[in-house]
Amino acid sequence: MNTVISDTLVRVRSLRFAFGPRVIYDGIDIDIMRGKVTAILGPSGTGKTTLLRLIGGQWKPDAGSIEFDGINVHQQSRSELFELRKRMGLLFQSGALLTDLTVFENVAFPLREHTRFPESMIRDLVLMKLEAVGLRGAADLYPGQISGGMGRRVALARAIALEPDMIMYDEPFTGQDPISMGVLIRLIQGLNQSLGLTSVIVTHDVEDVLKIADYVYVVSGGKVLDHGSPDQIRNSKSALVRQFLNGEADGPVSFHYKSATTYEQDLMAGRA
Amino acid sequence: MSFLTPAAEGLRGLGRASLFLLTILATIPGALLRPRLIVQQIYSVGNLSLIIIIISGSFIGMVLALQGYRTLVNFGAASSLGVLVALSIVRELGPVVTGLLFAGRAGTALAAEIGLMKATDQLAGMEMMAVDPIKRVIAPRFIAGLIAMPLLVSIFSMMAIGVAGGHAIGVELLGVDDGSYWSQINQAMHGGDICDMLIKASVFGLAISWIAVYQGYHAAPTSEGVSRATTSTVVVSSLAILALDFVLTAFMFR
Repeated sequence: MNTVISDTLVRVRSLRFAFGPRVIYDGIDIDIMRGKVTAILGPSGTGKTTLLRLIGGQWKPDAGSIEFDGINVHQQSRSELFELRKRMGLLFQSGALLTDLTVFENVAFPLREHTRFPESMIRDLVLMKLEAVGLRGAADLYPGQISGGMGRRVALARAIALEPDMIMYDEPFTGQDPISMGVLIRLIQGLNQSLGLTSVIVTHDVEDVLKIADYVYVVSGGKVLDHGSPDQIRNSKSALVRQFLNGEADGPVSFHYKSATTYEQDLMAGRA
Repeated sequence: MSFLTPAAEGLRGLGRASLFLLTILATIPGALLRPRLIVQQIYSVGNLSLIIIIISGSFIGMVLALQGYRTLVNFGAASSLGVLVALSIVRELGPVVTGLLFAGRAGTALAAEIGLMKATDQLAGMEMMAVDPIKRVIAPRFIAGLIAMPLLVSIFSMMAIGVAGGHAIGVELLGVDDGSYWSQINQAMHGGDICDMLIKASVFGLAISWIAVYQGYHAAPTSEGVSRATTSTVVVSSLAILALDFVLTAFMFR
């Protein structure tokens, strides 16, 4: 299973990261292969979003390295890092749309910032991207006038506007109805096949992501629990992975957030 | 120890704010290449502050004229009313009151806007689109504040001395001679006074813009954090304006 893949776009090695005393990652290795859909699964609160921000160079790891196409992300100057980021898109869970611009202007934003395309070309490109996510009709609305799920689709249109090498999706399926969910899944697959785009999907939405992923990592408690193809993950021998896939409250992964005191102690403490 | 800790904390904040200012200054040449963004911001901090500046300027000029006339008329010096109003406004009240109003009207808006952009991941989103938020968002707002303040102070002073304010009360209402109102101003006020006024205005503009963008950019990304950032903007800017005014006055009118 631990085969070294030659065509790796992102190489994460013995990554360590902590928020103060709380260790998020305790030495993880992840390879993201070029042109493939890689899913990173894990219970909420395991720092999946943190991983994307680390790859994007917004936060610095405490130890270990992250390479994007052979370039160490955290050893770049600010301007080099910005150059690198033009090649990766990050789809924030909140969408992170600019609220004082219309949907159209939001998608046009990276094009206006980074290219000198004439206005007519920008218009065509934006309308094409919006058509792909089914929101051409919403071009003149403001982010406050559309739903959260629609906002995330606009953010996707914006992320693909510059046609990056890789897109990182942070919980893309949350807040989508079954129809837009199906469209979104086909869209991610389509981008992957037609443009050769590398996709990283971070989610706790197991069933949907196993349908489209080429490779899956299961992360919990700061470690990689298991990795492999979706079929290998479905038949994982790890009790933790099985618990996560089947959604059981009891098992090696605790449903409860770690607490220093027991439930009884907490309840009794109020009587003193 | 208990008294040193807040002092150390204050010093650390000042250090952070200074580094932030250097970062902004480094992006200014790049930001100047996109004047449209700056013009937009001048409109939103300057033009939208106009009404409050015009009204306040008129009223302060009127009050000064009423009070000044009562005193001056006892000495038979009512014809010097113009000088009294003009020098008070140009030297002190114009820059200081405009600064306080600008901090309350535009500074808070800047801090809240930037803080909310941070809280809703808009700044992080820009960074991931390889757009530097300092250059794209912070620098144009900072420059706009710098440009708007001297203009607003000039408008405030014109309203207070001539257009409404002192002239309306002194000449139209109390019957001071129109000619002596202006000629006395003309004799007593020099180019240096106007220059000092503009220097004060620019210094206050720098202080307010700096404090507002710093507070917004470093706000905790929560609703409480944004509210605290707007409050601190008013409090810190007001104190900074009064303290800087004292220092500047001490140097200008020794």
